[in-house]
Amino acid sequence: MEREGMRTPLARAIGLGSAHNGVQHWWTQRLSAIALVPLTLWFVAAIIAHTGADYTTFIAWMRNPVTSILMTLLLIALFYHAALGLQVVVEDYVHSGAKFAAVIAVRLGCFALGAAGILATLRIALSS
Amino acid sequence: MVSDSPRQRPLSPNIQLYRPQLTSVLSILNRLTGVLLSVAAIGLVIWLLAAAAGPQSYAAVRTALASWVGQVVLFGCTFAFFLHFLGGIRHLVWDTVHGFELRTIYLSGWTVVAASVVMTAVAWIARLYIEG
Repeated sequence: MEREGMRTPLARAIGLGSAHNGVQHWWTQRLSAIALVPLTLWFVAAIIAHTGADYTTFIAWMRNPVTSILMTLLLIALFYHAALGLQVVVEDYVHSGAKFAAVIAVRLGCFALGAAGILATLRIALSS
Repeated sequence: MVSDSPRQRPLSPNIQLYRPQLTSVLSILNRLTGVLLSVAAIGLVIWLLAAAAGPQSYAAVRTALASWVGQVVLFGCTFAFFLHFLGGIRHLVWDTVHGFELRTIYLSGWTVVAASVVMTAVAWIARLYIEG
C-alpha cells in the first residue's frame, strides 16, 4: 500500500478523503431515495384518490394525522433528495464563477421550499 | 503565432456525432426528469400553501390544474416521475453490484421504459375512473 503510506494514520482512520466529506453525499442521496420509494407511491395513490376533491374534503384528508405525518416526511425526503441531485447537476455543467452562487441558490432554495411546505402542512393539520 | 483565445478542441464523446444508446439516453433522462420533478415540487409547495391560505386560493389552484394546460403538465409529471422512480430503483440495484452485464443492462433499461409507460397509463386510467 504505497499510496496509503502518504496519509497520516488519523486521516486513514477517519476515511473522509481530500474533500473531507467522504461518501456522505452519495450515501444520503441513496438514503433519501429509499425513503422516497414508499412516500412518493403513497402520494401518487392519494392524489389519484382525491381527484377533483373540493376544499372541505381535501382539508379533512390533510388533517388526518397519518396524512400530515407522511406529507411532512415526503417534503423532508423530497427536498433533501432534490438539493443533493441538483447540486451535482450544477457542479457538472456550471464551470464559471456562477457555480458557487448556483450551488448556494439550489441548497437554500430547496431548504426554503421544504420549510414552506412543512409549515403549510402543519398549519392545516393544527388549525382549529 | 500563439493565439490569445484557447483552441477549440473537440470534446469526446462528441454528442452531435455519437449514436445515442439506450444506456446513455436513460442516463441523461434520469437527470432531466430529476430537474423537472424538482420544478414540479415547487408546484406541490404552492398547492399546499394555497390550501393553507383558504378556500379561494385552493379553488384557484384547483381550476389551474383542471385546465387542459394543467392536465398536460400533470400527465408529463406523472411520466417523468415513473421514469425517475424506476430509473432510481435500477440505480439502487446497481449500487448492490448487480446487473452490470450488457444483456442485463439493456433488459433493465427497456423494463424501465415499458413499466413507466404502463404505470403512467394505469395512474391516469384510475384518475379518469375516479373522476367518473
